Amino acid sequence: MRIKLDRTLCDGFGLCAVHAPETFSVDEWGYVSLVDRSGEIPPEHEHGVRRALLDCPVHAIIELSARDAQHEPAR
Amino acid sequence: MSLTTDLEVVGTVTAHPDAGDRLIAGVPDREGLDRYRATGGYAPVEDAEALLSAVEASGLRGRGGAAFPTGTKLRTVRSGQSPVVVANGEEGEPASVKDRWLLRHRPHLVLDGLRLAGILTGAHDLHVYVSDPAAESSVTDALGEVAEAGINWDAKISVTRVDPTYVAGEETAVVRALNGGPALPQDKPPRPFDSGVDGRPTLVSNVETLANLPLIQRLGADGYRAVGTADSPGTFLLTLTGGLGNGLYEVPFGLTVRQVLTWLGQDPDQVRALLMGGYFSGVLGAQGLDVTLDYDAMRQVGSGLGCGAIGVVLQDRCPVAVSAAVMAYFARENAQQCGSCFNGTAAMAAVLEGLVEYKASDEDVRRLTYWSSFLRGRGACGTLDGATNVAAALLREFPELVDAHVAGSCATCDAGTVRVVDPPFAVGLP
Repeated sequence: MRIKLDRTLCDGFGLCAVHAPETFSVDEWGYVSLVDRSGEIPPEHEHGVRRALLDCPVHAIIELSARDAQHEPAR
Repeated sequence: MSLTTDLEVVGTVTAHPDAGDRLIAGVPDREGLDRYRATGGYAPVEDAEALLSAVEASGLRGRGGAAFPTGTKLRTVRSGQSPVVVANGEEGEPASVKDRWLLRHRPHLVLDGLRLAGILTGAHDLHVYVSDPAAESSVTDALGEVAEAGINWDAKISVTRVDPTYVAGEETAVVRALNGGPALPQDKPPRPFDSGVDGRPTLVSNVETLANLPLIQRLGADGYRAVGTADSPGTFLLTLTGGLGNGLYEVPFGLTVRQVLTWLGQDPDQVRALLMGGYFSGVLGAQGLDVTLDYDAMRQVGSGLGCGAIGVVLQDRCPVAVSAAVMAYFARENAQQCGSCFNGTAAMAAVLEGLVEYKASDEDVRRLTYWSSFLRGRGACGTLDGATNVAAALLREFPELVDAHVAGSCATCDAGTVRVVDPPFAVGLP
């Protein structure tokens, strides 16, 4: 599973960090960045990440399809 | 949207004797089509693959700030379907004038570079993206000259002007604006080379980078590499501002700032610090005078050449105050999209302003130190990284000055002869 997080949409609700704290890192103001910038999710974390994706009120978390995942992010 | 309406003007434009006839090339005012063609410009491309190999072999690196190998970027976009090329001349960095200068004075060199990038990537949709109205007219006039001369490119060229802001020139902001949205950055993935204008693979290239392509076509890779260093070949446009005067200079990579100042007849001993990469890399102490101006040497000392703009901080100016002014700019001019950034820049600006006013404590400095590393990479674009660079650079280069400000006594600030304006080192062209 591979995801992307749109930080321009994140409004600090924090539900993602409750469901998948190993994947979503929260700053002191409540805003999130991915712990692993590649967005690769190990199978054991998929369940929590899927709940995070569904529960985010602003839909800032998106699952990438296999086609999207063809190119690695350069950064 | 800056607080000052008077920009200092960069009046001097000169090439270093070792720069050769490349970017500044003794152009007195605006170079028209006739002069450009007389120097061999708009030459046909017999073998696109050979020219692309030459660009790769030349080692040309992007001049917009990231210094990414241009050949690699061209080849990646070339492999995509229906690509687009954008010449990015927006120049959001207040302390830099090079892109505006190129567009106003050598528009054909830039357009020729754009033409070549189109050929090398197979792109038939080309864009020029600017925020300076004079640059826009210069490019539009140049395209008119090209059309009148009957030069036909196998491409459609559009010119887009947006309002000048710090973030409007970020590559995903460029794409977003060209797609009809606001000129604000977007998070990655996708990167423009994957999906950009109209969802197509898009090469967004700084105008100075593109201006180097006709030079490589003319000189070949070896000729191009005859100037500069192995890892930073060629020349770059240095916007020098601050206490020793303002100027735009073309210099070979590999010179030191000391050598540049000596060439200009200036006294390097007057220099207390260098504000590197425009606003992006923060201050560098006087030892920076002897670091070679190339991407890798600067990175190795924890700094960065970035877009090639350097602000000279003299002995009568305080690096703490300079850093505070830059951070205040970031807190004001960021895109206001990512919470880590608009909160983080505001928090760091508050500590730096507190230091300037002798109101900051050791605990405030500890938080600034923490933010300068924790916040790295937490924004969708590089603005927050620039801000963390500014904080980290001050703490690394001038720790004793930071302590003096906590203790409430800085000799320079107490003398109070010079105020750092906001935004600092902001310059324009006549």
